[in-house]
Amino acid sequence: MIGADAMAKSLAAEGVDVLFGYTGAAICPFYDALERDTDIHGVLVRTEQNAAHMASGYARLTGKVGVCVVTSGPGATNLLTGIATAFADSIPLVCITGQVNSSLIGSDVFQEADITGAAESFVKYSYLVRNAADIPRIFKEAFHIAGTGRKGPVLIDVPQDVQEAPIQKFSYPESVSLRSYKPTVKGNTVQIRKVISELASAKKPLICAGGGVISSRAEKLIREFAHRFDIPVVSTMMGIGVMPTEDQLYFGMVGNNGEPIANYAMNNSDLLLVVGARVADRAVNRPDLITENKVLVHIDVDPAEIGKNVGPTIPLVGDIGHIFSEMLKQESIAKVPENHSGWLNELYNTKGASDAKKAKKNSEYADPKTVIEAISRLMDENGVYVADVGQNQIWSCRYHQVRGGRFMTSGGMGTMGYAIPAAIGARIACPGRQVIAVCGDGAFAMSMMELATMNQENAGIKIVVMTNRRLGMVREYQTYHLDGRYPMVRIESEPDLELLARAYGLPYLKLDGGSDIDKVVTAFLRQYDAAILDVSVDPDEDTPR
Amino acid sequence: MRKIYSVLVENRSGVLSKVAGLFARRSFNIDSLVVGETDDRTVSCMTIVSNGDERTLQQIEKQLNKKIDVIKVKTFDEPDAISRELMLIKLRYNKTNRRDIMENCDIMGAQIVNIAKSTMLVQICDEPENIETFIGMMRSISIVEIARTGTVALPKCTE
Repeated sequence: MIGADAMAKSLAAEGVDVLFGYTGAAICPFYDALERDTDIHGVLVRTEQNAAHMASGYARLTGKVGVCVVTSGPGATNLLTGIATAFADSIPLVCITGQVNSSLIGSDVFQEADITGAAESFVKYSYLVRNAADIPRIFKEAFHIAGTGRKGPVLIDVPQDVQEAPIQKFSYPESVSLRSYKPTVKGNTVQIRKVISELASAKKPLICAGGGVISSRAEKLIREFAHRFDIPVVSTMMGIGVMPTEDQLYFGMVGNNGEPIANYAMNNSDLLLVVGARVADRAVNRPDLITENKVLVHIDVDPAEIGKNVGPTIPLVGDIGHIFSEMLKQESIAKVPENHSGWLNELYNTKGASDAKKAKKNSEYADPKTVIEAISRLMDENGVYVADVGQNQIWSCRYHQVRGGRFMTSGGMGTMGYAIPAAIGARIACPGRQVIAVCGDGAFAMSMMELATMNQENAGIKIVVMTNRRLGMVREYQTYHLDGRYPMVRIESEPDLELLARAYGLPYLKLDGGSDIDKVVTAFLRQYDAAILDVSVDPDEDTPR
Repeated sequence: MRKIYSVLVENRSGVLSKVAGLFARRSFNIDSLVVGETDDRTVSCMTIVSNGDERTLQQIEKQLNKKIDVIKVKTFDEPDAISRELMLIKLRYNKTNRRDIMENCDIMGAQIVNIAKSTMLVQICDEPENIETFIGMMRSISIVEIARTGTVALPKCTE
């Protein structure tokens, strides 16, 4: 038995059934052992970055740790953007890279890159394996670190000679012992009681749900909590889906690109519970507005997030699921009012006034709002909707109606090209579910190579391309910040999407201003397998402000 | 505001770079950073002196605690700690200033540890502030070179 066998067997012991990767000389022993020792299926991607995005889509849908495995040097550096994307959104990944032989490390030989050094600031932890005998322990620790506390990517760099080194026998540890890593799960009872007493006296309480709620799998609990006490909820971009969009207590996404009513609710609440959110600049660009004249409770599993961007009145560290169940168990919870109709009416009235301002226009182009609303309405109830980055993302966040399914996007890093690979990863995780990737023509060009991976894996996803021949979000930014100068945003000479679809053997449907949107979207969603929907969007169309 | 962080870390290769990288990446200041082994060979102690506003100083502690190789972080203000720094300072001397240097060394508790025809090496171990004072005193004499260890510190005994 060699080190590579120990790597493969460790993955099997962790219950890994599929991984995403790209091979190369420095990772060859591992892939050989993977076939020899396990039934784990290796998905061969078309470029390494997408291995991490697919693993991310897989992890987000299953709740398991996603795994990607690539070779040394350029394979590893190509993976970096994917790792950083997962880090920004706290997605649990174990990323394995091959490395040149131990004796050559540091000598700049062929395909050598210091990947643990390069990735340091956006991994939760990293290992450079020196001895094959350490492999089982390191893998056990890596999965534990990636999947507990504030989740995130862990990198394991394994030199080729370590993969090839003989080992005596394989035994996988039962547990981990890390003296320096003990994430807080249970919330502090004193703090929990303080929150309840604030809830008991608040007139205008509000929950702002972030991605941490989904990461803690506490969506149901938050919904129940909100309904029991009649508390309105808003979400960050990563928190979309915590509440069904149509829920009467849900007031949409906050932030620069969010619903005015959601921002109104944030600024006018007297008790704000920020739950599993970082309070970063795009969600809250004026932290003073959410700290003035109100009690701010910040609940997060990562103590370093609390007080980083805003100073809360009551910090509460722990797992969101644990904390909310604990709150419900406290005797004093009986004092919290179960009716906030005054506050809710204020929100409904304000919302009605701003909704009326929206107007539609006629043109040769399809209206993104109408298209996204049609997709939401006509897609499977438990379908997965993956939005890319840019205008399509903002339109998706604003107009997609989450019912029983999932909404995913690259929130923190804003990585273009995320949607297609993440959707493929999600589809591989749940082959029975409908998965839709929505992207712009810019991001489509960054990720279309993965259509081949999709075909090879029979992981058909529905791809919506918002075509406006522009890098629309930047074009929009330039309108307001460059006095109408538009450098570097025209994407011309793109391939004919219909011919491209045919090249990949995919049905192609098109939507423009003259189309019957419901009819075309229905036909698109009813395609047996993968399909591309080309939506012609006005190059001058802005996102809602 | 200044803060001293006494950070117990796993004694492994790469840990110093991870901790130093954290300070660089988040634009935290390092006034001084000293690493040494502890009584436990598997544990090193880093003494880091930093400055910044209150939120930054709190973030430093939290971000250090997040590092998986960091076992324990103790934070204290200068008045609550005994801090020491060792300096070696090489001076060029002549007949006229030799007496003067020796007197100053006496006052400050510094020792001449090595001497040649025209240069001498002086060692001083004291609070960082006194080290600065000593450098000030020697500035009028010709300083050839200086090596300083940076601050090590432990909280004062309280019973």
